[in-house]
Amino acid sequence: MEKLIISPAPHIHSGDSVSKNMTGVIIAMIPALLASLYFFGLGALIVTLTAVAACMLFELLIQKYILKGPVTILDGSAAVTGILLAFNLPSNLPIWMIIVGALVAIGVAKMSFGGLGNNPFNPALVGRVFLLISFPVDMTTWPVVAPLTMNYLDAETGATVLGILKEGSASLPAIKDMVIGNIPGSIGEVSAIALLIGLAYMLFRKIITWHIPVSILLTVALFAGILYAVDPETYASPLVHLFSGGLMLGAIFMATDYVTSPMTFRGMWIYGVGIGLLTVIIRTWGAYPEGVSFAILIMNGFTPLINFYVKPKRFGEKPNKA
Amino acid sequence: MKTFRIGGIHPAENKFSAGQQIKTAALPKQAVIPLAHYIGTPSEAVVKRGDLVKVGQLIGQANGFISANVHSSVSGKVSKIDVQLDASGYKRPAVFIEVDGDDWLETIDRSRDIKRECALSKEEIIEKIKSAGIVGLGGATFPAHVKLMPPPGKKAGVLIINAVECESYLTCDHQLMMEHGEEILIGVTILMKALQVERAIIGVENNKKDAIHHLKKLAANLKGIEVEALKVRYPQGGEKQLIDALIRRQVPSGKIPVEVGAVVQNVATTYAIYEAVQKNKPMIDRVMTITGKDAPNPGNYRVRLGTYLSSVVEEAGGVPAGTGKIVGGGPMMGRSLMNLNIPMAKGSSGVVFLRDEESIRKPVQNCIRCTKCVTVCPMGLEPYLLMAQSERNMWPEMEADRVMDCIECGSCSYTCPSNRPLLDYIRFGKSTVGGIIRSRTAK
Repeated sequence: MEKLIISPAPHIHSGDSVSKNMTGVIIAMIPALLASLYFFGLGALIVTLTAVAACMLFELLIQKYILKGPVTILDGSAAVTGILLAFNLPSNLPIWMIIVGALVAIGVAKMSFGGLGNNPFNPALVGRVFLLISFPVDMTTWPVVAPLTMNYLDAETGATVLGILKEGSASLPAIKDMVIGNIPGSIGEVSAIALLIGLAYMLFRKIITWHIPVSILLTVALFAGILYAVDPETYASPLVHLFSGGLMLGAIFMATDYVTSPMTFRGMWIYGVGIGLLTVIIRTWGAYPEGVSFAILIMNGFTPLINFYVKPKRFGEKPNKA
Repeated sequence: MKTFRIGGIHPAENKFSAGQQIKTAALPKQAVIPLAHYIGTPSEAVVKRGDLVKVGQLIGQANGFISANVHSSVSGKVSKIDVQLDASGYKRPAVFIEVDGDDWLETIDRSRDIKRECALSKEEIIEKIKSAGIVGLGGATFPAHVKLMPPPGKKAGVLIINAVECESYLTCDHQLMMEHGEEILIGVTILMKALQVERAIIGVENNKKDAIHHLKKLAANLKGIEVEALKVRYPQGGEKQLIDALIRRQVPSGKIPVEVGAVVQNVATTYAIYEAVQKNKPMIDRVMTITGKDAPNPGNYRVRLGTYLSSVVEEAGGVPAGTGKIVGGGPMMGRSLMNLNIPMAKGSSGVVFLRDEESIRKPVQNCIRCTKCVTVCPMGLEPYLLMAQSERNMWPEMEADRVMDCIECGSCSYTCPSNRPLLDYIRFGKSTVGGIIRSRTAK
């Protein structure tokens, strides 16, 4: 004790860190990653590795050569963006397109706003939507499930559940296959059960709270349920809505992104209900078969406004017992 | 099990000194007795250089409503009245006394007998507590008698005894309850009489099961005194949090507890009140904890006020090697000390040694808006936002977002994964906004 350290209280810290939270999110994505590797084989592996490597590389290059500041690629946030971008892509997407998506995600959506913590929109979703608008055919040609296949670009393709709903071209797969993930789709979105395991892990580790996923899923179930009750011929059942497309992935991993979601529980409910409503509206009446990405990005845009108006329950606001 | 309803954290408890018998620290050679208090106006010295004083003799007269009498904790000769650095790092007035023997005022009952009956009236009790210089021993050192005189029109319905000791490491209140439970309960009945309430609740966190059991047994045949086990959660010892936990009422912003019918006193204060009222003993010593992960003898010590912390620490085995920070008080709200040449004051609840590696803050990263600070804030504030406002000098916005409600518990800084110095900035903003409010109301 040659020199004592003087600083204001508190003098102890929980030991929590950005990288611990990001590592936690990555661990939570492992079940979905394993499911994607099983259902889509080599293609899923190539897409994931490319997206992660490209996201980390772009962050490194931008921080080192453009911003000339500290390099923070090891905090895990770029890796999370990479995996989430991959989860939103079909397994037969050409490598160069994935790299373009990563550049938009990291370069445009994240670093140009000031890096981690400052981006208004979810980087992985911005990357995905950029690709969807730029390369609509490649982004909506989905390989059918072929366990552990070694096919990549030449994989056999088929329609997604939501595509079938939109076109009315074929009959829907069984709900059981949708829960397990035995359906065409983006690599990380198909297995609802694997995503739910990830959710349970994140709740257990207190990485996120339940408010956002529950409010989104509940809203979709209720809204789709009302439509289905009114006219089951025209509208899909709430179960189909819940277990198809990117809803689970979006509700569990995309909408819960710390940076772009509200700061209070009440705000999270508004945000979640908004995403749920917009998702069903876009799916049912919109031009695109799937609306989760757009719904989340739109509500990302509302997040600063929600934070401005919706305050936490202050001490002294709870009713006092007589 | 009950606890408060908003926010909170649960740091590692590290109560190494739990169960250690209270040892009486050696008499100091020189006592430096502070005349200033953590809160309120400093007392005025009523002795001068060369005066001979006895233990328990008044040396500082309370100066104003929020102030307290100060008594000599030793017998000897006043060598000077001068300034002395205190735990907050400021020079404050103090009385320096060269100790000679241990000669107590005859009025003080030093026997070990427990005196149960109290025939004094409400006014007499309050007067005795006031003249004995009793202040809140939980840390804020608010004069105890002031709380017993609610403003006109307000009536207390329940007395709450704060025996939570929610700070990690500290065990002095716990041990006091184990060794002096009966006296504490007599203190509670005295306080109930002073407040004229029929009900008292002693709130104890559930990591002190033996104390809960002990007090429950003692309270069984006393009317109106309940002992309530509380779920371990920091900052449960905060006055507003404790009231919410025990009686499910929340004190409104800017109001005092009696607004919801409660008066809160700390358990060690209650013991001091017993001693003052029943034994005529003014506030001249207190129990403190000396502890740390590497402390040679973590323990609880009864120390005379004005004893230099260095001599108590020496008695407890000295400062362990590898200590990077010494905290006066608990690790969440205490102050880091420059050195141990600081006299023991009424609010000194402990000395905690932190290791080098725990002492240095980790590099600050960007806010990732994880909401953890908002979730743990026990007052329902938005620490991330208050810090951003403080950085940008946005004082009206900070006031609107209720920075003055902040109790400075530090839960936000403790929990932040980006190691952001949230409370540092909020504290700065709070003092600035407080100044603005004062100048506005002064007009």
